[in-house]
Amino acid sequence: MTSAGTILFVTTAIFAMAGGLATISARRPLRAAIGLLVHIISLAGMFLTLNAQLLAALQLLVYAGAVVVLFVFVIMLIGPASEVRPIEGRFASRTLSLAVTIAIVLAVSTSLAYFDLPWGAASEDFGTVEGLGMAIYSEALVPFEVVSITLLVAIVGAVAVARSRTE
Amino acid sequence: MGVGTYLALASVLFGIGAAGFLTRRNMLIQLMSIELMLNSVNVVLLAFNRVNPGNHDGQVFAFFVIAVAAAEAAVGLAILIAYYRIKKTIDTDDASLLKY
Repeated sequence: MTSAGTILFVTTAIFAMAGGLATISARRPLRAAIGLLVHIISLAGMFLTLNAQLLAALQLLVYAGAVVVLFVFVIMLIGPASEVRPIEGRFASRTLSLAVTIAIVLAVSTSLAYFDLPWGAASEDFGTVEGLGMAIYSEALVPFEVVSITLLVAIVGAVAVARSRTE
Repeated sequence: MGVGTYLALASVLFGIGAAGFLTRRNMLIQLMSIELMLNSVNVVLLAFNRVNPGNHDGQVFAFFVIAVAAAEAAVGLAILIAYYRIKKTIDTDDASLLKY
């Protein structure tokens, strides 16, 4: 990996972790949504260091363009109720869940950090629209069609569940 | 800067998402934590695909993860709105209708 790639990786890693922490620690959901946006944009930058240009663009389009906007719309729709009161009590279960999560993450990440494999020599069209598009439409055509049906069902289901029943 | 660095970072990001899901009671922030966890899995898939760039299997899988995550966000937020209509709050501690 080139030094420019290393710099991009370190920068995006720091911003991704900061965005994630801002998301889970923010008291106001709108600030959490902005943290999620920072996280997603930095992950899109990190995908560029892995030669995944099409997925970086899709990450920006689908997550930053659609999912975060959906979250912001829901926050706007719900209004002041989107902020819930802080939890009182139950320190034992909260501390236990946090401690177990941190322990597992420390164990996994420290044991993985020095795992190394040589990067393969990527061909010219690896990760580009042409390369990934050919792979999707030749090897994964049936899953691709199934995903389109899944999205259709999700749209209909979302409308059916969120519809007001007052009429 | 090997593949292990990417894997360690992905596990840290997954842990951030899991901790957010376990410790928060705001349903919106719990849904955002799920998105964090799904995103960290994509990093692992892309890193391993970069190690073995002869095919696009990892990137194709990450593509489908993104598509399913979008569907999951839409349905999850619809459920949140339906829940808000019933309870007038999005505190998951109050989701106790099935408890009794």
